[in-house]
Amino acid sequence: MIAALIFVCSLAALAQFFVSYCRSALISTAREPLSIRARDVTGLVGMTASGEEFRLYMELLQLCPERRDDRRVLRSVRIYYRMVSWLRSMGATLWPKAASWAEVERSRCAYFAAVMLDRHIAYNRALVAEQSSE
Amino acid sequence: MFAGMAFELCVVVCALVRRSFRRYIGLNLYMAVACGCDLAGYRILALHGVKSAEYLQFYYYASFMLTIALYIALINLYSVVFDEMHADKLVRFGAVLLLLGTCAVSFAVAWQSTESMVMRFIIEVSQNLYFVGVVLTYVLWGAIVKLRETRTRLVQFVLSLGIYFSALAANYALRNLWPSMSMIWIYLPPVLGCLLPLSWAYAFLRLSEESKLAPARLGVTVR
Repeated sequence: MIAALIFVCSLAALAQFFVSYCRSALISTAREPLSIRARDVTGLVGMTASGEEFRLYMELLQLCPERRDDRRVLRSVRIYYRMVSWLRSMGATLWPKAASWAEVERSRCAYFAAVMLDRHIAYNRALVAEQSSE
Repeated sequence: MFAGMAFELCVVVCALVRRSFRRYIGLNLYMAVACGCDLAGYRILALHGVKSAEYLQFYYYASFMLTIALYIALINLYSVVFDEMHADKLVRFGAVLLLLGTCAVSFAVAWQSTESMVMRFIIEVSQNLYFVGVVLTYVLWGAIVKLRETRTRLVQFVLSLGIYFSALAANYALRNLWPSMSMIWIYLPPVLGCLLPLSWAYAFLRLSEESKLAPARLGVTVR
């Protein structure tokens, strides 16, 4: 009985920590402006992206050589995106407010992916410039 | 084992490079102890084999040391959060009191055990400290949100530790609930042992001490 209680409490704490962790990663990039090059690639104009664009940006990210330290945070955000997408589809009929909140979160995930893409492009360009100068 | 060791070393190196070693001394101490334990474990494994009494004894003693070191790392994070309130002494006093209390409860359980008392005590303390760790991390997270703490790096440290503690506590509970599901609870701790140093290394490397975020936006509110 105690083990079951600890298991449930730990899982609830784990879920909350995970959601907060992903949100802290999303928020830290929310105010980061995109470079002109990244805007050309993604087609973004303002500082908000459509939630649907997340998959496209992730596919574009896979085309760039990965930075190892970004891999883990990208994976966490991808799991978070799936969670909020599931919540959106479930909440569309049962809880419309949750569905609209999930849509905002999906949009944040998409903007986060766009910022990561921007960083990857800058990193690759620096790498190419470094190699050509040698 | 080697991947975990490399990541642990990476945290200490990143902290040194970013000149944050002393500020987060608890976190770095834990990583150094973990790295030392991995190295010693590998040596004992090579000398005596996985089923030897020496390795079994080392495994439990190392686990005990790591739990204590992780507890110190958590208290270090408390000190950083409450730094401006000058509550260092109070935090340390509370932490030692809680540690002694946990040890006393574990000793009382081990006293009634028919197995080797020292070994039983070590296992009990490790398990109880993990659950105390989850609760303390949760309280710290609550304090961060309430105090409107804005340091991104600190927030990431606490949240990573929260994920690690709660996943390990859930794993311990799962182990007691369904002992037959050994496939999950045997492989989960090493995976988590790699994820924690990776996230801390990321926070040291990619986030500066000055980077800020709005903590009020971290709370989930559906309007």
